[in-house]
Amino acid sequence: MDKAQKMHDLRVFAAEIRLETLKIIGSRGFGHVGGSMSMADTMAVLYGDVMNVDPKNPRWEDRDWFVLSKGHGGPVMYATLGLKGYYPIEATYQLNQPGTDFPSHTDRNKTIGVDMTTGSLGQGMSEAVGAALGNRVQGRTNRVYVAVGDGESDEGQVWEGAEFAAHYKLDNLTCFVDDNGMQLDGPVAQVMSHGKGLGAKFDAFGWHVIDVKDCNDVEQIYDAVQEAIATKGAPTAIILHTVKGKGATFAESTGAHSSQPSKEQWDEAIAAAEAALEAVKNEK
Amino acid sequence: MSFKLIGKHEKDKRANRDGYVEAMLELMAEDEKVVHVDCDLMNCINTGKLLKAYPERTFNAGIAEANAVGVASGLAASGLTAFVHSFGIFASRRVFDQAFLSVGYSELPVHILGSDPGVTAAFNGATHMPFEDCALYLTVPNFVVIDTADIAQTKSLTKKLAACPKPSYQRLIRKGFVTVYEDGSEFEIGKGYVLREGKDVTLIASGIMVDEALKAQEALEAKGISAKVIDMPTWKPLDEELILAAAEETGAIVTCENHQINCGLGAQISYLLAQKRPTPQEFIGIQNRFGQVGPQDFLMKEYNLLAEDIVKAAEKVIARK
Ligand SMILES: Cc1ncc(C[n+]2csc(CCOP(=O)(O)OP(=O)(O)O)c2C)c(N)n1
Repeated sequence: MDKAQKMHDLRVFAAEIRLETLKIIGSRGFGHVGGSMSMADTMAVLYGDVMNVDPKNPRWEDRDWFVLSKGHGGPVMYATLGLKGYYPIEATYQLNQPGTDFPSHTDRNKTIGVDMTTGSLGQGMSEAVGAALGNRVQGRTNRVYVAVGDGESDEGQVWEGAEFAAHYKLDNLTCFVDDNGMQLDGPVAQVMSHGKGLGAKFDAFGWHVIDVKDCNDVEQIYDAVQEAIATKGAPTAIILHTVKGKGATFAESTGAHSSQPSKEQWDEAIAAAEAALEAVKNEK
Repeated sequence: MSFKLIGKHEKDKRANRDGYVEAMLELMAEDEKVVHVDCDLMNCINTGKLLKAYPERTFNAGIAEANAVGVASGLAASGLTAFVHSFGIFASRRVFDQAFLSVGYSELPVHILGSDPGVTAAFNGATHMPFEDCALYLTVPNFVVIDTADIAQTKSLTKKLAACPKPSYQRLIRKGFVTVYEDGSEFEIGKGYVLREGKDVTLIASGIMVDEALKAQEALEAKGISAKVIDMPTWKPLDEELILAAAEETGAIVTCENHQINCGLGAQISYLLAQKRPTPQEFIGIQNRFGQVGPQDFLMKEYNLLAEDIVKAAEKVIARK
């Protein structure tokens, strides 16, 4: 397949993920829209092309792993895995209902295809580091991807994981930093800033760092991942300059962390996401 | 005793966190040494109001709870009265070593606030549902441990804590609670409160379980059973005198907590009774299980925390007398 076609397909997948993410959270009426939507393009690149996975054999030993360390983004993961065929997408509309397999935070014992349990920010980073090391020790050539938030990167544990990964030269590990500029209480720059920047921090910790300027462009993310795969001797951090709430009409402009919009606002947002999907399908 | 029971089982439309914020606004106005440290959860408990009123004494540590507790320890050592907040899971499990050594062992009066106790974490689910937060703090020799029921109690006890030389852990319900007391009610650290008198059994509860105990008392009364109801907001130090007197008077105890049963309020009480006045006791609480996601009313049923469960336990314990 030529690259242009592949990128088109990934853009369509990203638009589908956005639409389904809204439908999933909308089924409950409220939830973490912001940090789910900002990850849609990355999820499309990973599960749409890059990652070697088998929906029919989710715990296949040689699969590539993905750990959503910012576990509150669960819905974007459920949308992606549902569209990928891990389970019927309708199943995900049980988000946060009694007895559900789709809780607000990703849980390896509840949802098929979820590799590690997260929700307590910082923990997924160490878990992913351990998985990368464990896979390497057992002679596997698979890769581990982890996504952390820019707010999450306040946690010491993120950096404890980072130093370990660099020390053990885990080049089978790639960390996406969802640098959407917002955390729960507001802008990262106001709540808890990151000195010379998250890229500079990872660089100081001995990682290969790639700064992706526009993270709603799947091609830039795709190219960055290819560079990460080709990088030997060090883990790679991909800094994603994203927009919190991207594609959710009620959340994009505010960068809200969690949202509980009205029925009308939900309808409007879902209609807009449907239109966006149609537009992407028809582009060329 | 200056509290007034409402006891109508009506959901409070306000947010309980406001009890904390109102207390802090008063404390910070009265005393320049009172400070608040948050962990990127100001929007969740409205402490943005503190930041607005006292920007020089309200700090956001970001999503870095262990550091926040360590910083609070330093603030306290420098002479300030430091309150620090995160969700209950993080304010206990995630910061425990810092709380133990930098605060407890160091004998510094830091007041740690854990929001969304037990099933009130509802839609945030298992990873955010603390059933063992108080248990951890009960093991630190000098910590005061508190589980408040509503706005009035939260406000009053927060103000008392500011004057308390010991460190503390206080649970803070954000929403999903019943108004038990009239606004302006006053409470003391280390005291339990008799809400209803009775002679056949004593129901001892705290937090969201106080209203369930009151409902159970009414259901028991309809069956001709007379139950005494005690609200025990302070789990440590326990109001031993009141518990021993109730054991003497009724000869049977049911403890009710939104927490693991084997290491919380009920366990503390049975430890006391086993030594000083062995008494049949039944336990309402989380039975050695993890949390899960869902609406609070579903979770209350799922974990057997309802008045009907208390009624059954009361009948059982009376039969054991
Ligand atoms: C250890 C821990 N502390 C606090 C929280 C509560 N919390 C959940 S999401 C969040 C903000 C996360 O911000 P960021 O990492 O930037 O995520 P994003 O903006 O991408 O959604 C907070 C404070 C948590 N889940 N875990």
